[in-house]
Amino acid sequence: MNLRRDVFQAIADPTRRAILLLVASQSLTAGAIAKNFDTSRPTISKHLQILTACELLGQNQTGREIYYRINAKKMKEVADFIEPFRQMWDDRFNKLERIMKSYQTKNSDGIKNKN
Amino acid sequence: MELKTKIDAENGKQELVITRAFDLPLALLFKAYIEPSIVEQWMGTTVLKLENKKHGSYQFETVNPEGNVVFRANGVIHEFIPNHKITRTFEMENTPFPIQLEFLEFQELTQETSKLIMHIIYKSVAHRDQMLQLPFAQGMNMAHNRLQNLINKLK
Repeated sequence: MNLRRDVFQAIADPTRRAILLLVASQSLTAGAIAKNFDTSRPTISKHLQILTACELLGQNQTGREIYYRINAKKMKEVADFIEPFRQMWDDRFNKLERIMKSYQTKNSDGIKNKN
Repeated sequence: MELKTKIDAENGKQELVITRAFDLPLALLFKAYIEPSIVEQWMGTTVLKLENKKHGSYQFETVNPEGNVVFRANGVIHEFIPNHKITRTFEMENTPFPIQLEFLEFQELTQETSKLIMHIIYKSVAHRDQMLQLPFAQGMNMAHNRLQNLINKLK
């Protein structure tokens, strides 16, 4: 996987957003994080790699265990941009548009044909 | 390429405006906001109640596969003018976010295209900025204390 150090790309993924919310209140090991998802452990590891690479997550080593914690400073940096918020609405509206287009096609029998 | 969804959030103001042009006739765009089964599809949540009328109210809920409620929102509709306007409040239950006021304006551009202008008023500038900081909190909050904690850290 190509590790692109782009924070917006990092938080564009729903699993990665869920991971950020999970570790928001407490540091967790990769195993503890993975337990919250149906996805395979290697997939979660990759998500953690990406989040770490763009510094949204930090790591603390305690003995043999590595704990992941949120990097509040970086989160705040991201927050100064409007892009993630815009993207969320854009995704939502794109979905609305797709749904209504297929609705329009399905119901076109009852509606006067414009051609 | 021009963005289809535009956000205007002036610095230091407790409001923002979301503008979106749709490749849909006005009536279909409006329908997506009032038909519960359609709202459920694009909002990704269950519609418990949706009374499309002045003084009506609505309630949305998302339950995870384990059966826990992970998101619940509600509000009251203050103005309802078909194919033109919906004014409503929006409250995310069990979160630290205060209630917000939403002015939705639906406009016809051409017979086949339309536009939505969503004007949101927040309790304070700080609350608006928090909402921008945590876009993924809207619609997908997990354990509330975790969310609260994250917000506290951002303060």
